[in-house]
Amino acid sequence: MIEARGLVQTFQSREGKAKKEVRAVDGVDLDVAEGEVVGFLGPNGAGKTTTLRMLTTLLKPTEGTARVAGYDVVKDSVQVRRRIGYVSQSGSTGSLARGGDEVVDHGMLYGMSQREATERGKQLFDQLDLPGLWTRQPKAMSGGQRRRLDIAMGLIHEPTLVFLDEPTTGLDPQARANLWEHIADLRRRRGATVFLTTHYLDEADALSDRIIIIDHGKIVAADTSDNLKAQVSGDLVVLEVSDPDRVADAATRLESVAEQVTVDGSHASGRVRRAAKAVPGLLRDLQAADIDLESIEVKRPTLDDVFLTLTGRSLRDAEASTEKADPETSKEK
Amino acid sequence: MRFLRESFIIFRRQLRMNLRNPAWVLIGLMQPVLYLFLFGPLLKPMAKQFGYDNAWTFFVPGMLVQLGMFGAFFAGFGLISEWRDGVVEAERVTPASRTALLMGRLWRDLLQLFVQAMVLVGLGYAVGMEAPARGVVAGVVLTLLVGGACAAASNALALTTKSEDSMAPIINVVMMPVLLLSGILLPMTLGPKWLERTSDFMPFRWIVDAVRSSFLGDFGNDKLLWGTGWAVLLFALAMWWGTATFRKENA
Repeated sequence: MIEARGLVQTFQSREGKAKKEVRAVDGVDLDVAEGEVVGFLGPNGAGKTTTLRMLTTLLKPTEGTARVAGYDVVKDSVQVRRRIGYVSQSGSTGSLARGGDEVVDHGMLYGMSQREATERGKQLFDQLDLPGLWTRQPKAMSGGQRRRLDIAMGLIHEPTLVFLDEPTTGLDPQARANLWEHIADLRRRRGATVFLTTHYLDEADALSDRIIIIDHGKIVAADTSDNLKAQVSGDLVVLEVSDPDRVADAATRLESVAEQVTVDGSHASGRVRRAAKAVPGLLRDLQAADIDLESIEVKRPTLDDVFLTLTGRSLRDAEASTEKADPETSKEK
Repeated sequence: MRFLRESFIIFRRQLRMNLRNPAWVLIGLMQPVLYLFLFGPLLKPMAKQFGYDNAWTFFVPGMLVQLGMFGAFFAGFGLISEWRDGVVEAERVTPASRTALLMGRLWRDLLQLFVQAMVLVGLGYAVGMEAPARGVVAGVVLTLLVGGACAAASNALALTTKSEDSMAPIINVVMMPVLLLSGILLPMTLGPKWLERTSDFMPFRWIVDAVRSSFLGDFGNDKLLWGTGWAVLLFALAMWWGTATFRKENA
């Protein structure tokens, strides 16, 4: 569905008086198979939206090629546009227009007849939980409703490939969870291939078959969430010891199965490969040594741990530093 | 065919939103009416001085061109807020022709201008303007050409600056010399020679002159030719610029 090779996008940016070339996207290769749901994860300013804009024919790559839905994004951009749906970060409906009108007009720009677009639009409104909002103005809708309206716009021509740019940014947790359901439905009910960008780890984790991580315009990893997490050396096991004097002993026992063991107060923790298998043995070991535990906790690695392992900084730090280094991140959008 | 259909879809959408917010249409209509009734009477006693028997026949054509230019200059502001809403991006991701995206918006601007022009001409006749029908038709066509040019340029400027704050001063900078040097309010012939020569370099002055002479029913002079030439040229240039910005990949 998507096959990109060596995509590069450079912008001119001014830093004081000197002009500087910024490589927002720096040699990106991507492969997405039909029917896949792929999460494109990275901190703000990593080049996610820029990559997406190149794949959706909105931005011409400075270098490199991409075939999307079987066509070249530069040479056959019209064919690509016919086949893809794009739900942009900024929304897609005029605040003064009415929801239904926007969806119908959008469908008609894809060559649908007014009747066809209206019928399909009403179906989508039903499926996306937008009852009675056909004649409402987007500015009078809630954030979640507006987002679902954007998705209805992107689906009106029944695309086989849907791009979602930061679909849940700015939504409250309930609206997010609801939107996730609808995004999961895109494949379940329509068999669509979905490519979504996000800087939320849990979102990428919950929705995608495969995760592609981008940082500083380069792909740093692309694999299933489980495989990526397996790259982090194991699960985090935290022991809370009843008798503070025995924490050191507990830590020694933990070291026999764990790496990076640390002690903090009455807690000893370490990274354990395949904790599910190692923990029973560890518990027997502790019991034999007469060390009582208040609690034991096993934490699966998160994508944040993955990001930390791959780039040496946590996703949150990365966000903070890009914001500082590049006050013009908004330019990319 | 496809191009016309796509332009029509855009046009209909724009028109629908405009009619839903008629305040702007009314403000647009008020402007020429106010000029006509609050400035027109000042010209009446002076008309003889610059060779007109009827002050209104001098004044209405000028108002018409002013309406065409200044109303259209502001057309782009609406586009900036549409761009901010993501509408422009959403339209550009469809297979629709980029020129149609601009054209549909121009049709709306031209329709609005046409209605305003009709009101102005109607009021002009009501207060005593004397002009042959074919002269008025020619004058309105020229006005629509100028209006189309200004609206296209304004849309292009809007997509280039993407900010009301940087667009407003640019428009002001352009508007002042256009207003002062095109002889809309008073004929340039009233002033000293150097000022009149300076105004020769202002394309809009030729257009104002052309609309005036067509309202006088005077089709035989080269004023009309010059004015039409400038109007067509400006229209072509602005269309080219407008289409180029809608086509440009990072607009």
